[in-house]
Amino acid sequence: MDFTLFFPLLLNGLIVGALYGVVAMSFVLIYKASQVVNFAQGEFLLVGAWVCWWLLTTYPIPFWAGFLVTMCFMTLFGIILQVVVLRPLIGEPVISVIMATVGMSIFFQALMKWMFGVFAKPFPPIFATERVQVLGLQVQPVYLLSLVVSLFIMLGFWWFFTYSKHGLAMRATAFDQQVAQSLGVSVPRVFAMSWAISAVVSSVAGVVVGVVNGVSSALSFYGIKVFPAVILGGLDSIIGAVLGGLIVGVLENLAQWVDSEFLNWGNMTQIAPFYALVLILLIKPYGLFGTKNIERV
Amino acid sequence: MGEDAPILAADHVSLRFGGVRALTDVSFSVNRGEIFSIIGPNGAGKTSMVNCISGRYRPTEGSILWQGRDITRVATNRRAALGIGRTFQNLALFGHMSVLDNIMVGRHHLLSSGVVQGMLWWLGGAQREEIAHRREVEEIIDFLEIQAVRKAPAGTLSYGLRKRVELARAMALKPQLILLDEPMAGMNLEEKEDMARFIVDLNEEWGMTVLMIEHDMGVVMDISTRVMVLDFGRQIAIGSPEEVMAHPRVRSAYLGEEVEA
Repeated sequence: MDFTLFFPLLLNGLIVGALYGVVAMSFVLIYKASQVVNFAQGEFLLVGAWVCWWLLTTYPIPFWAGFLVTMCFMTLFGIILQVVVLRPLIGEPVISVIMATVGMSIFFQALMKWMFGVFAKPFPPIFATERVQVLGLQVQPVYLLSLVVSLFIMLGFWWFFTYSKHGLAMRATAFDQQVAQSLGVSVPRVFAMSWAISAVVSSVAGVVVGVVNGVSSALSFYGIKVFPAVILGGLDSIIGAVLGGLIVGVLENLAQWVDSEFLNWGNMTQIAPFYALVLILLIKPYGLFGTKNIERV
Repeated sequence: MGEDAPILAADHVSLRFGGVRALTDVSFSVNRGEIFSIIGPNGAGKTSMVNCISGRYRPTEGSILWQGRDITRVATNRRAALGIGRTFQNLALFGHMSVLDNIMVGRHHLLSSGVVQGMLWWLGGAQREEIAHRREVEEIIDFLEIQAVRKAPAGTLSYGLRKRVELARAMALKPQLILLDEPMAGMNLEEKEDMARFIVDLNEEWGMTVLMIEHDMGVVMDISTRVMVLDFGRQIAIGSPEEVMAHPRVRSAYLGEEVEA
């Protein structure tokens, strides 16, 4: 048995998993606040990464400036999407809303391909050094950055929902919109805010992945990986989303290790999370941390 | 208008859902400092009336006036900010949230700190603000005697306690007018007495005008300044408790006496 690959893959799984967790969190945020299953989550990563790439390759600005401008843009992007596309759909059947998000997904993928082409484009180099030593492993600094960014975002979410006025309003809205309104919470504003935060946070993940792998439409695949993560953790649990993301990331990489060592079937990385998804749906349909809907008849 | 106008007035309010007439041409006004009760049989339109006031329903005809100003088209959350708080007939607490968090949601419109200021927690005065709010919230908690359960998830409490937490949450809005939809439904005698005392105190000590729907006639007649009776969406009587009880149609509705035409 060859363990030389095991630990790098495990570490890789944790790093990628943390990013999945971040995207899954922003997916759950929208679902919790407005009960919309957002199939365009991956396109948030894509749009964010392309915007940042375009800023950095077009203007001579430092990375952090481009990153900040991207985040401002994505805030507006999220709000505009919510106001223009989703607000008119309030009160319509769930399937119509889901179809609208599927439509947005297709639209933005095509738009990005049309504007930036179909080939992966690398970010301009950000770090001077190529590799650093961590616990005896060679790690790219961008990976470390991505881990730090993910942890920072998770802490931010925790703080936001526990202590901030708007986080509390969002939790209240998720629970009962009518009651939240009667307590002075503006529900349309909460919806717009949840889309804005979700778009910004996803685009941060998009930029990080773009820096590592280059920017291409493959980024939107993260939006699909989110489904095993959130189903695993439970659709309406933020902590569940984080853990689900980590589990999916590790699972992918361990599946690759098992595959390369023993099975040699190929492509287990891509498929393993979806096997897990099917299993979880069979055994624990509300996920590990989701709320059970018990109906009394 | 200002101080002289009644705190709240309904002006020829009608509410229809398709062919169902929930309210027909109801007019009344609530004066500042009153405990105003709405009574009537089930399905009489009491909750519909309260929903028209809180903004959940919009009257088909007529208007709602807040201190002389027409608020018929004002959104629910804006009405809360104007000073109208409410509780619900069926408990509507945020079950997974702690009692304290439930009450803090009620302070939403009073917390001025925005997202950015909140992030600059230690610099922006958000902390100072929160401490001031927490003090007021603690006063409400003391008043309603729910100190012991303040950290407990609201969903785990007994029915009577949940009713109190809901009242606390509505009080946290610092409303000038508080709408109570059956505050004593499903309570035992002791709990009812407590609740009646709380309502009288929040009216007299906290200076909140109360508009209440209640079925317990004993309590209603005891603590109300004025009473309005609805039946099939129409107002059949309004006045002091004694006047209302003496009204022939009320006697027929509640005591089953024949009315001579």
